[in-house]
Amino acid sequence: MVEMRMRDALREALREEMIRDETIFLMGEDIGAYGGSYAVTKGLLEEFGEERVIDTPIAESGIVGVGIGAAMGGLHPMVELMTINFSFLALDQIVNSAAKLHHMSNGQIHVPLVIRMASGGGSQLGATHSHSLEGLYAHFPGLKVVCPSSSADAKGLLKRAFRDQNTVIFIEHTANYTLKGEVPDDPDYLVEFGVANVLREGSDVTIVGYSGSVHQAMRAAEMLETQEEISAEVIDLRTLRPLDMDTVIASVKKTNRAVIVEDDWLFGGFGGELSAQIMERAFDWLDAPVARVSCKDVPLPYNRNLEFAALPSEEDVVEAVLRMFKE
Amino acid sequence: MTTETTARETLGAERLGMFLYQMMLIRRFEEKCGELYTKGKVRGFLHLYTGQEACAVGMMATLDEHDKIVTHYRDHGHALARGLDPNRVMAELCGKATGVSGGRGGSMHLYDVSKGFLGGYAIVAAHLPLAVGLGMAARMKKEDSLALCVFGDGSVGEGEFHESLNMSVLWKTPTIFFCENNLYGMGVPFKESLSTEIPKLAAAYNMPAVSVDGMDVLAVYEAMQKAVAHCRAGNGPYFIEAMTYRYRGHSMSDPELYRLKDEVDQYRKQDCIDRLKATMQTAGYLSEAQFHELTERVEQVVHDAAEFAENSPQPGLDTLFDHLTKEPAHG
Ligand SMILES: Cc1ncc(C[n+]2csc(CCOP(=O)(O)OP(=O)(O)O)c2C)c(N)n1
Ligand SMILES: [Mg+2]
Repeated sequence: MVEMRMRDALREALREEMIRDETIFLMGEDIGAYGGSYAVTKGLLEEFGEERVIDTPIAESGIVGVGIGAAMGGLHPMVELMTINFSFLALDQIVNSAAKLHHMSNGQIHVPLVIRMASGGGSQLGATHSHSLEGLYAHFPGLKVVCPSSSADAKGLLKRAFRDQNTVIFIEHTANYTLKGEVPDDPDYLVEFGVANVLREGSDVTIVGYSGSVHQAMRAAEMLETQEEISAEVIDLRTLRPLDMDTVIASVKKTNRAVIVEDDWLFGGFGGELSAQIMERAFDWLDAPVARVSCKDVPLPYNRNLEFAALPSEEDVVEAVLRMFKE
Repeated sequence: MTTETTARETLGAERLGMFLYQMMLIRRFEEKCGELYTKGKVRGFLHLYTGQEACAVGMMATLDEHDKIVTHYRDHGHALARGLDPNRVMAELCGKATGVSGGRGGSMHLYDVSKGFLGGYAIVAAHLPLAVGLGMAARMKKEDSLALCVFGDGSVGEGEFHESLNMSVLWKTPTIFFCENNLYGMGVPFKESLSTEIPKLAAAYNMPAVSVDGMDVLAVYEAMQKAVAHCRAGNGPYFIEAMTYRYRGHSMSDPELYRLKDEVDQYRKQDCIDRLKATMQTAGYLSEAQFHELTERVEQVVHDAAEFAENSPQPGLDTLFDHLTKEPAHG
């Protein structure tokens, strides 16, 4: 075990996978000489050379398309899209090409491609640069959607992404990049897709989060324990597609209450999907309606106070839980 | 010597006969598709290739078996010229399990990976970057193959067209960009949607570009030969604009309000099949009897394809969730 920040764990995963598999190469905006906007690829150009670490033009649709073509041609590319906000420009390639080619070609083509992007608000970057779109990508059949919340998961999941034969949308919350955590140094350390992580066991309520919101969920659980004597179970989904609903349902059947926390907007968000599935599979076990704590229904403002008012906080989670017990 | 004589002589009677056969096959196949559409056997969007046959036949004749092809939704001609089984192409149009895409793709999405035919793409210009990536993969894997990308004049307005040309030149990928300029993107004349000429766009990205008569199979063949040699020599991408014309509407639902019947008739006078037939007859390569025989052969192949499609089973409903993702085989 080594303690590292998430960005260093991601870099280690890329390094180890590139050493293991010669077909892996990286392309993206400023991933070479600049070292990546969030320093994830720092030093990789020097180590692996220009053929395997390629700085691209600012052309999101084009570079994802090139990645898809290279994957069809027998390589295993990673495309870094700088941030999830710019992935809108590549949406057609991701949705209409990467996600569909295997099915449309009746299994003849597959697209082994990893698309990495930074996500999340909270840094006063304004409305265009603060999106959380994990749920959007999870909407599309044919994609895999991964969103780690810790250094160990980041490494194990990213390495696992390069063992997959499909396109993996790998989403990294910017607030997580500097978080430190213990990471196994075994080069074969992988975290399987579709296996949620029960971060904290509890008996009174289940709090489900993913990506950045896992940390609000954990802090809220601690507050509930110390201030309210409520025992909360916290589940980190880790991957939204495939989705480990069994772990969530088992937990809800034990605690009889569920709160979902996410940075995405409430309206039409992924939390709605989770809530519906809980209702479908555990209706008789619920002592209260499923609660959702999400981003308020506005574009994220620049002003710090306004932005924080819009984003979900641990206090919001605590409040949602207390409301359940009052009703 | 003219282009026609040089190409005619180097190709010889047998290969020209093959070109003629393929163009006639595509023509008849497309007519049959139209018939099956009106009978409700082929559904969805159907874009016929009639008039443009010289492009498909001229381009495919210059490729090797390990080359990769991506094309647009008007893709039956390219599939047939590349040697995909007409039975299975027709079965695909009818949505049958025996189709080249198992009935999941339809007219616009034909695939046969064993032939390097990596698909018809129905989002305008979406496959251009894929062809850059395919070329890139070939280069990085030190393979001798190239990627051919076929698209319409409508593609040039899309950002991906420009992104792809730029990256292809930057990274010297062995990619041939083949623009079938049939003068219209649906009902809009390309001159009304583009402020310049198409080859100039390629030239602006430092890519060699030519414009050829796309209704002359020999002209297409010669241009493609140069493009292929350029790519194989490691010189990066090459651009061809082929001036052509589609005889039928954009798709089966097109009332063709944007053009006059007279214009169609004018282009029919330059028909690629008539022209190659005349060239071959002048050279003494084709007798009336031989032409008759070709016609009969084509008729038979198309008849068989329609029958094969008709008699093929529907895909089972239990296969609905097949091929969603590719997972390692268990066991
Ligand atoms: C991105 C996108 N926008 C619009 C369409 C609808 N559309 C389908 S074909 C077409 C015209 C394309 O014309 P062109 O590229 O010249 O090809 P042609 O049909 O003439 O062969 C349009 C606008 C589409 N399929 N994709
Ligand atoms: Mg056109």
